[in-house]
Amino acid sequence: MAGRRPAPPGLLVLLLAAAFAPISSAVRPVSDAHRSAAAELFAPSADGSFGDLERTYEAVRTFQILGLEKYKSVTGKACKFAAEKLASPASSATKDLFHAARISGVLGCSVDAGVYDGVVARLKAVIKDTNSLLEFYYTVGGLLSIKEQGHKIVLSDAESTFHAIKALSQSDGRWRYDTNSAESSTFAAGIALEALAGVVALADAEVDPSMIGVVKNDIVKLFDTIKSYDDGTFYFDEKHVDATEYKGPIMTSASVVRGVTSFATVASGKLNIPGEKVLGLGKFFLGIGLPGSAKDCFNQIESLSFLENNRVFIPLILSLPSKVFSLTSKDQLKVEVTTVFGSAAPPLKVNLVQVLGSDSKVITSENKELQFDLDNNVHYLDIAPLKIDVGKYSLVFEISLQEPEHESVYATGGRNTENVFITGLIKVDKAEIGISDNDAGTVESVQKLDLLKDTKVSLSANHLQKLRLSFQLATPLGHTFKPHQVFLKLKHESNVEHLFVVPGSARQFKIVLDFLGLVEKFYYLSGRYDLELAVGDAAMENSFLRPLGHLELDLPEAPEKAPRPPAQAVDPFSKFGPKAEISHIFRSPEKRPPKELSLAFTGLTLLPFIGFLIGLMRLGVNLKNFPSLPGPAAFASLFHAGIGAVLLLYVLFWLKLDLFTTLKYLGFLGIFLVFVGHRTLSYLSSASTKQKTA
Amino acid sequence: MPRAASDAKLLIQSLNKAYAATPTNLKIIDLYVICAVATAVIQVAYMGLVGSFPFNSFLSGVLSCIGTAVLAVCLRIQVNKDNKEFKDLPPERAFADFVLCNLVLHLVIMNFLG
Repeated sequence: MAGRRPAPPGLLVLLLAAAFAPISSAVRPVSDAHRSAAAELFAPSADGSFGDLERTYEAVRTFQILGLEKYKSVTGKACKFAAEKLASPASSATKDLFHAARISGVLGCSVDAGVYDGVVARLKAVIKDTNSLLEFYYTVGGLLSIKEQGHKIVLSDAESTFHAIKALSQSDGRWRYDTNSAESSTFAAGIALEALAGVVALADAEVDPSMIGVVKNDIVKLFDTIKSYDDGTFYFDEKHVDATEYKGPIMTSASVVRGVTSFATVASGKLNIPGEKVLGLGKFFLGIGLPGSAKDCFNQIESLSFLENNRVFIPLILSLPSKVFSLTSKDQLKVEVTTVFGSAAPPLKVNLVQVLGSDSKVITSENKELQFDLDNNVHYLDIAPLKIDVGKYSLVFEISLQEPEHESVYATGGRNTENVFITGLIKVDKAEIGISDNDAGTVESVQKLDLLKDTKVSLSANHLQKLRLSFQLATPLGHTFKPHQVFLKLKHESNVEHLFVVPGSARQFKIVLDFLGLVEKFYYLSGRYDLELAVGDAAMENSFLRPLGHLELDLPEAPEKAPRPPAQAVDPFSKFGPKAEISHIFRSPEKRPPKELSLAFTGLTLLPFIGFLIGLMRLGVNLKNFPSLPGPAAFASLFHAGIGAVLLLYVLFWLKLDLFTTLKYLGFLGIFLVFVGHRTLSYLSSASTKQKTA
Repeated sequence: MPRAASDAKLLIQSLNKAYAATPTNLKIIDLYVICAVATAVIQVAYMGLVGSFPFNSFLSGVLSCIGTAVLAVCLRIQVNKDNKEFKDLPPERAFADFVLCNLVLHLVIMNFLG
């Protein structure tokens, strides 16, 4: 083993990618990775602020849930920011007051009771005469937050507010944003439920239980519209994704989770929602992994915090700390069952009920109970007795709660499927290399190889002979093994490389290189070739790239038209270097005549016009025929003005207008022109006929 | 030769005399046609001198002149009182046609001018 050469980095990357790509979307509880991701996403700007109030709230709330110390350092700044808004309730939007009150609540800022009195009065006034869902949400949410900070607030007309919000609901459990809007939305439903929960919490007397029952019914209907993936993940999304206020599945699901869990907290009795859907929502938020934006991060963490402790169902997540098991080191299969934030689950049993192969073939369906390790909160099982070979498997686990009364509190989802990867040492056997003659296949020299060590065979061949290489691969359980990559590399002294895939059959891997057919591919290069064999697979712990020795090849002289071997790059990385600059060719501008010449000819074109005017004068033209009566004279002038206007329009068309605008104006001008032209010319016509007859 | 020269002179004189009898409005149209054609000739000369680079501009300039000249000739045919074919057509109607055709022609010309 000491002489084993490390596989080249490219090969390793490939193997790792192959091994972990399908498993990377694994569901794991919230961890420190989330904390550092949140700290990064919500990094305050240089002056210590987070931007607007909403973003500030999202930042401090996320820090609070994740227990990050960081938010203590921003308290002063954020409190001041919130206090500024709260100090002038009349001039601030309810949205700002809502966020400011919540920031103060999260950070425990000290706000004067007098300041809050002003805010409360303003919010109550808004509640009275609004019919917009968002206004209800902001005002009720703001009041609730102030109440939670120890300020005494009673919403006297809670019943009517409740009715006003409920009036916006639709028959399918979704909500409209206001009475005028025709569009209903799932996101709005979540907001509405949260607002209703707030109203119930603020009410002085108990809200009519029948109304609560109706809303519970709405929630059940809302959960009928939930969408799912086939791995047991559930999420909410809008029915019409092209709606004007589309928020995306994360925000929509987060809104519903917030609303439903808040409502379940204030409403008596249990909501009739299937546990698997709540679990599926938990899986959806955990399945995001590390979020990419601050908004997603806030929604993920806050929704999970609501799922962590709620009165509907608390999802219990089954996850594997590691998904790769080595048969060599006799790894134990470890399973954790925790809440979404990773805290311990109540007593329960985990059984492995089925093992499926990569092609969904059942390997074994023996029921095995996992042992529980109380100290580490881990269920474990030895994998050796399972008799499973290297490769990819799906393990099906079944969780059963030990105490029956927990069944109505926790959602385990029954069966859980996890994909795992088993690796092991692959036995390499019966490796042989040799040269044979082309015709009968009489083997001249066969050497046994030990592929676990570097070997130094030296062979010689000419173009009429063949190189044979064969070996066998077997898994720890003795089955034949087919790795992803099996390559034989021949490298000439001049660094020209040739790569051959070694084909594998059921029994063995075998390659025969017939040099007669390869002379052209080898560019007629005789001389010493180094032989290297690469065998690699993600499940193979002893993947190797091993030099076998060398081969003296005697090839015929190159004919004249033989292809030249490609020039070898001096530095293999130079092909990633900058490319040669591309020089662009632009059309050269046309040759233009000198300006003076053009101007001279412009003047010259005026000459015939001047000649025309002189000619008119010599002919003694006059305007005697121009109508002298005021009416026809007006029409005649309008006619000429109209023609002038059309010509002016043409000039504008040439200078800036487009064809459509021009045609539009031309249409109006044309109608006018036809009218006045007809009047003018018919008057002239009648005048001339009168003259004739007179 | 002097005979031929005097013949030519006679011919031109008679032509001049005959043309003097032409009504004034027809003379105006003739003048207009000559003016338009002269403008076209000047533009062609310019093109011959400096090359035809903005070819569409050249074309629209020349065609504008030629087109309006042709239209003017048509107008002359219709207004001519000796032309019996258009006896019933009042000259005002012919002029209206002339104006309309010119407007359409120049819309196209402007579009082509670039």
